[in-house]
Amino acid sequence: MTNPASQIEQDFAVWPGFLVILQRDLLLAWRTRAEIAQPVIFFIMVASLFPLGIGADMKLLSRVGAGVVWVCGVLATLLSLSRIFAQDHADGTLEQMALSPFPLAALAAGKLVAHWLTTGLPLSLTAPLIGLQYGMDAPTTLLLVVSLLIGTPILSMIGAIAAALTLGARGQSLLIALLVLPLYVPVIIFGAGAVEAFGASVDYSAHLALLGAGTLFGFVATPFVVAAAIRIALD
Amino acid sequence: MIFKYASPASFYPLAGKMAPVFAVAAVVLTAVGLYQGFVIAPTDFQQGEVYRIIFIHVPTAWMGMFIYLVMAMYAFFALAFNTRLSAMMMQSLAPTGAIMTALALWTGALWGKPTWGTYWAWDARMTSTLFLLFLYFGYMALNNAFEDRRRADKASALLVLVGVVNVPIIYFSVKWWNTLHQGATIVPGSSKMADTMLAAMSTMTFALWAYAIAISLYRVRSIILEREKNTAWVNELLDRR
Repeated sequence: MTNPASQIEQDFAVWPGFLVILQRDLLLAWRTRAEIAQPVIFFIMVASLFPLGIGADMKLLSRVGAGVVWVCGVLATLLSLSRIFAQDHADGTLEQMALSPFPLAALAAGKLVAHWLTTGLPLSLTAPLIGLQYGMDAPTTLLLVVSLLIGTPILSMIGAIAAALTLGARGQSLLIALLVLPLYVPVIIFGAGAVEAFGASVDYSAHLALLGAGTLFGFVATPFVVAAAIRIALD
Repeated sequence: MIFKYASPASFYPLAGKMAPVFAVAAVVLTAVGLYQGFVIAPTDFQQGEVYRIIFIHVPTAWMGMFIYLVMAMYAFFALAFNTRLSAMMMQSLAPTGAIMTALALWTGALWGKPTWGTYWAWDARMTSTLFLLFLYFGYMALNNAFEDRRRADKASALLVLVGVVNVPIIYFSVKWWNTLHQGATIVPGSSKMADTMLAAMSTMTFALWAYAIAISLYRVRSIILEREKNTAWVNELLDRR
């Protein structure tokens, strides 16, 4: 004997909603693979331009490598942010999501994770390539990848808030950059700082711990903020 | 009583009465504060005369941060109670906050050159103040990006709330990253400053505070008129002119 109300509660709970959106967004991303590759290619290209500007001195390059990778990673993430909601907003899917019985924050969380899996994760895994170009040794490169893996989810989360706030705004892509870059400061500091501390043989675990704390806190808080921003956009 | 003035129509005349009072207070306090700072306060034995920039620098830096907090308070009201006037107050405060922050950076640079030997250093307070200025720019850009006023108000209010959570995080992260700025001289209860200097600085702080209130009240009156131009009370007001 099942109570229909509790049946609805089960069907439209947090985890099913999260998984539905996660699966859908990953599938959509897979169908448009070329678009997903763009931030990664951009990432490698911008990082390859730096030595042309500051000189090919390997000592200098290995010193600035972590910072360059982090800043390039942030810029590449920026490029991908408007993708999170723009398509769904344009064809009305976002309104259906807001109207659906699933909690909107759960759907937003699915979108955040899908965005990180298709942007932050590939960027982190590409970083060793740039590490090679910049003459970084293997342990340093490994730490760089770890710092990116822990830190880039924050970029996706803050970015999703800005992307939802600017839906339908004039000059959206530049506006997102303006809103998001000041908020990315701590992530860059702790991400590149961990690698720098490692290079200076200082304890780097605090940097990683703070990045991890940011990611965990962000994952608890940002889905609700993103949901609120989506509601404002659809108001 | 307070809720009565949450309506733009009843706040408009009140703002008109309050603004000149604060404007006069700002002028008088500035005159007194500058006299205290430039004439009465003694020359610093380490830094010479150049230290007198702090009578502008410190109050503007405080006001830059304080106005952002006030905006965050209005942002909360705008989202929680859906009051139009709160959003209008945010809009009128933002340019003043940005100017204060920019002045704090500018006077800081002018003070830094003779004292530290450099206009700019990537020190914690300077860097986080710079990013505070960027947060003001972001708010103003977002607030201007929509045709729909309600949408712009709510989106930018949410942005300010997200920003205010981040301001301390930015501050502490940058502080940890690099620190050159001198430690806080004014701690409640124990001050390392000469009394006359402290008096001048407090007077200047109140002067800028009064200025910020006055200018944002004048500005909010214009914003009210602009946004409510299709309402009956504004048309009556204009007819009486």
